[in-house]
Order: sequence, then structure tokens, then C-alpha cells
Amino acid sequence: MSRFIQRNPVWSVIIAVAVAALVWLVVAPWPEGLEAAIGRKRIFLNALFNGITLGALYFLVASGFTLIFGLMKNVNLAHGSLYLLGGYIGYEFAEATGSWLGAFVVVFIIVALIGIVLQYVVFRRMEGEDLRQTLVTIGISIVLADLMLWRWGSHSYQILTPDFLSGPVTLPLITAIRGEGELVYLTFPAVRIAILVASIALGVLMWLALNRTRVGMLIRAGVDDREMLAASGVRIQYVFILVFAFGAGLAGIAGIVGGTFQSVSAGEDMRFLLASLVVVIVGGMGSIFGAALGAVLIGLAEQLGSVYAPTYSVVLTFLIMALVLAFRPQGLLGR
Amino acid sequence: MKLKLVSTVAALAILAPAAAMAETIKIGLLAPQEGVFTEPGNDGIRGFQLALNKYNGEINGNKIEWVLGPTDATPDRAVREARRLIEQEGVDFILGPLSGSEGLALRDYAKTIPDKTIINTASGALETTYVDPAPNFFRFHPDGAQWGYGLGSYVVNEKGWKRVATVAADYSFGYTNFMGFAVDFCKAGGEIVERFWLPLGSGDFASIIAALPDDVDAIYLGVGGTDAVNFLNQYEQAGGDTNIIGGTIMVDQTVLTARGRAKEALVGTPSSGPQADDWDNPEWQAYVKDYQETFPDGFPSPSLFATNYYGATLATLMALEQIGGELDEDQANFHAALSSLEFDAPNGHIKLDENRQAIGSIFITEVVEGADGSLHNTFKAKVDNVDQKLGMSKEEFDAIGLPSRDTPDCAALNP
Repeated sequence: MSRFIQRNPVWSVIIAVAVAALVWLVVAPWPEGLEAAIGRKRIFLNALFNGITLGALYFLVASGFTLIFGLMKNVNLAHGSLYLLGGYIGYEFAEATGSWLGAFVVVFIIVALIGIVLQYVVFRRMEGEDLRQTLVTIGISIVLADLMLWRWGSHSYQILTPDFLSGPVTLPLITAIRGEGELVYLTFPAVRIAILVASIALGVLMWLALNRTRVGMLIRAGVDDREMLAASGVRIQYVFILVFAFGAGLAGIAGIVGGTFQSVSAGEDMRFLLASLVVVIVGGMGSIFGAALGAVLIGLAEQLGSVYAPTYSVVLTFLIMALVLAFRPQGLLGR
Repeated sequence: MKLKLVSTVAALAILAPAAAMAETIKIGLLAPQEGVFTEPGNDGIRGFQLALNKYNGEINGNKIEWVLGPTDATPDRAVREARRLIEQEGVDFILGPLSGSEGLALRDYAKTIPDKTIINTASGALETTYVDPAPNFFRFHPDGAQWGYGLGSYVVNEKGWKRVATVAADYSFGYTNFMGFAVDFCKAGGEIVERFWLPLGSGDFASIIAALPDDVDAIYLGVGGTDAVNFLNQYEQAGGDTNIIGGTIMVDQTVLTARGRAKEALVGTPSSGPQADDWDNPEWQAYVKDYQETFPDGFPSPSLFATNYYGATLATLMALEQIGGELDEDQANFHAALSSLEFDAPNGHIKLDENRQAIGSIFITEVVEGADGSLHNTFKAKVDNVDQKLGMSKEEFDAIGLPSRDTPDCAALNP
């Protein structure tokens, strides 16, 4: 941290000012001039928080994607199908048992098992053949999409929020001051806060697992140089299977999250595959931190864009991707 | 379903040589079989089959064959399939398509095949038959703007909702359907406080929901399909409780049968469109009963796509019957029969204007919960003889302009 400040004094000041401005925007009641210029504070705060929660969802999908790519150099274009499958299975389970939290466990296990099968039966046989793997994953995603269309049709499915998370909660953030000094606080959907907190916790756990455990060390070593790792006697196939299962499982539970605050329906697989591709291109292929940063950036761009520049909100994410590719092709945190 | 369809087509293909002795009439049917409109496409095919069954598959001894052209609701795919049906399958005419932009593309394609005919099945863009129409393109159902007509004055006069914010899909049908509502609403003295446009398929609308003004009587929602379900879900999670006015596709069976609780926010929502699920007209009841008996795996009651496909097919078969099932070389007799056709569809009396666009009935409905917990649109009022110019003269209508984000201008229409 202090080394960064020493090396980049100008950037440090700019970042510090930006953070201070953001904190002020979030915490302080807005003066009237500002409200007149860019609209009410409630709208800004909602867009900001929604952007971060949407980023949390993208992070769940993209972190598995980026981990698999980083380790196996395998662009798994069936990742979106695993997301969608997770959503459908989660819906069926939650509907049958009424347990929303239980669905996470069940879906993680089932989709992780599917991931193991995919890795063991398919990808193990074509290691290092990028083009063939890419084509095969596209093929698998098409087959899975049709199978899911056959089983679940093109209805929209919404996974019910459990009672303790339904409806809005009031946050201790002032959005406006009414006539006689009465404070108006921000209300925000409870389920989104829960998802945000859970995603951050998961991100921290993943970071700890990667940086503080033996398996994490093996994975990091594999990302850097998998031939050397294999040569030093590690049974790298087991590491591959583990990572693939974990990444697939994450995509599966992301399906439940998406199904809870959006909905599950045919076609979502491609939407989320595209989203995770954009996220990892922006963040940097193979980097967990990069996935988190990219996800939040894209989420914020979509939500702030939808309010402040509705005409261009669709283009905004691709604009960010193009800028990153032009100036930093390896991604913001890629190496 | 798909298998049954393929086998039907295959069986017909085998039978074709034998039937070639008599005159065969070959129909090309366009319906989405991929993408977000798959389910509406399937229901459209159900409506088509229902109408075909009424004629036992023949007109005046001439056998009717049909070939499906599967689309994905995009205009280029629709044109490609239409061309394949005409050039390779050798169909006599085309029934289709389903979505607005497909319809516009097919109107332009129709001009390149003047000796053939295209009968629109469900696509609702206004421009398809209003701007530079093709002489061999027919539409036997009201367009998207007509579907919105009558709702505006209903909410002002019956509900007393005069200030609304509107949220609608940011594409042709969203503008068109909104225009029908807005013209009538503003003429009745309503005020549109703010307009929001949602990009198609963006999934997360929470920020727009937060930006909705809270000092309004109601919110007009003109989105459909998955977007509608997502919007309602997020609206409920954000604690929204303002009155809702529904655009036509907001309260269609495809949204009302979605799994989950979000749709419950729709109970009590007034809307308008080409049908009311529980209208007590005997012909409508007979049609619904026929649908339910023929397709037990379909929707609880036919969606507007089934009804529109049904109406278009019925009109086609009636015109064929008039000309004895014998098409001229350039199909001039068929075009003339279609143009002068007047008939009672299950959802009201239909006749065509000079642009070959239907003048028909619009239903004002409200969403209610049935005894079994399923939702449907209950009949509230019916507006007859709604034409494409929404009851105005051509000059008045043209002065409003073609539907877009800022058209119509509400203040200019206020009394």
C-alpha cells in the first residue's frame, strides 16, 4: 500500500479524492443544487447498490469461469448452461421442499458432479487442444440448452424469496430531509443485501483458500506453470477435477441467486455466458480479484447506465470492454 | 409436440404424390421455434391447427398441406424462411409471422413476390400496413396501437387515475402499444409524468424501479415475457405498491402462467388487447372449449397468439372457400376475396380497411385470480370498430406522428 503511494503519488491522490467524493455522495444529504443537476439521491444510491449486487451475481458466475480458464486454459463456453441448469434445479428443489438455503447445497453438489463428469469424460481427452475444446463446449451448451427447453419449456421460473428476506429493509443512509427536518432513509430489498454479503464472504473465503491452503498453493502453481507442477509429482488431474467441480458448482448456485432476484428462463444461459466473458476480459483471465473488479464495474455500468443514460446502457458494457482491450489487452488485473 | 409436428409434415410429404391428382393448396406457416418467443410460437401453431381442423384439411375437395418455417423472431431469419418456403417448398402463400420486426421485413419481401400472398398472423407493428403497404400483405387482427386503445379513457373515467408514469419496452412494439394507450389517455385528460424505456432482455430493472416517481396514481407497464416477470419480481422486492396499468403483452397468458409469486402483483391490473379470457360470448366460449379439449397440454386458455393465428387462418380458409379452392396464376382472385372478407372471429367482428388492415374489437380487461389460483383476464368492456387511425382522420393521425419514444406528445392531445 505505502509502496504504491510512493511510486504513484499522482494516482494515489486521484484515487483518494474519488473515494472521498463517493463516500460523501453516499453518506451526506445532497444539497439542492446537486439534486437539481443529477436527480434525487435515492435514485443514485439505488443504482449504486443495485450495480454492486448485480456485480456480486456476475462475480459468482465469472469466478468459476476465470479459475477454470486460468488453470486449464480451457474456455468453457458451456458455463452459462451450468448456470441455467443450477437455476432450474434450484427452482425444483425450493418448490418441492420450501427450503431456499437447502437448494444452494443441493445445487452446488449436483452441478459440481456434472462438472466432474464433463472434465473427466470430455475435457481430459482433449487437453491442450484449444480449438477442439471450444467447439466441443459450444456443442455441449447447445445440447444442454435444448434438453432444458424440452424439460422446462420457455416459461419463466421465479425462485421464491424466503419470508425472512422478502420485501425491503431500511438502511441507515439518509436520502433526503423533508420539510420539518424529518429524515428519509434508504429502503433496499433485503434479498439483495443478503446476496451481496454472501458474495463478499465467498470472495474472501476463496482468496483465503487460494493463498493460505495447500490446495490453493497447488492451484496457483498450476496457473503459473502446470507442466512444472505436473513434473514435480503432483497429480494434476485431481487438481483439475477439483477446480472444475468448484467452478461448476459456483455457476450452479449463481443460477439460484439469479433466479431469485431476476428469473430463470430459456436463453439466460447465453446472457450469462456473455456477461462472464465480458467480466473476465475486463478483469483479466485467470484472476479472482480481476473477476471481482470486472464484475462490479460491469454491474455498475449496467445499473447507472440504465438510469442516467438509458439509450446507451446496452453499449456501455461493451465500450468498457473495448477500452480495456485497447489499452490493457491482458485485462485490468491480468498478467 | 415437435415430434408430432415433424411426423405430420413427414406423413404429408409421403402422401403428397398421391394427392397431387387433385389440386393441392400448400400453406407455409411461420412461427418462432427458438428464443424468447418459442412458447408464443407454439401457441400460435395450436391456433393454426385449430382453424385447419374446422375444415378437415380440405377446401372443396382440394387437399390442404402445410409446411412449417421455424424462425427465431428476428427479421432476417423470417425472410430467409419465407424465401425457402416460397422457392424451395413451393407453397402457395404464407401465414406469418409473429413478432413486429418480422412483420416489417415480410411486408418488404411481399413486394418482391406479387403473385403470392402473405397473411400476417400475429405481428403488431403499425407501420407494417400503414406506411407503404404491400398489396398482397393482409392483416386480419388489430395492430399494437389498436390493442392499446380504450384503456386510457377507462382508467381515467372508471379508476380516476390521471397522473401516471410509464415504463415500456424500448423497441417497435413497446412504442406502438404504448401509443394506443397514450393517445386515448391524454385525450381523456390524463397526464404522463415521466416515461422510462427498458432495453429488451436486460434482466435487472431495480434501478429504474427506484427512479419511478412516487406521487403518481398508477404506473403503466408495457413489457412482456421474461422481462415482465423480472420487473414484477424486483418491483415486489423493492416494496412497490402503486397501481399498475398493463400493456397488452404484460398480462398475456405467457406472463400469467409464469411460476412464482411475482405475477400476483398483477391482480386487479386493468389492461386492453384483442381478447378477454372469460368473455361470455358463445362463439368465444366455444373457441376456448375447443382449444382446451384439443390441446390439454396448452395454456389454461388460449393466448392472444393462438387467437391471432386462429383468426388469420380462419380468414384465409374462408377466402379460399369463396374461390372454390382454385387459385389464379397470379392469385388475383384470392387477393380480391381476402380484401372483401368480413367475418366473425371468436374475438369479434373483423373487416379490412383500404390498406388491408383489420378494423376490429378491443377488450378492456382486469386480471383476477380464479378459484384454482390461476390468473386470467376478466372482461370489463369492449370497444367495437377500432380502426388503425384510432378513430381519427388521416390528417389528425398523421399529425401525431409514428410511434417512438417521444410520440405521442401528451400535452398536445389534452382537451
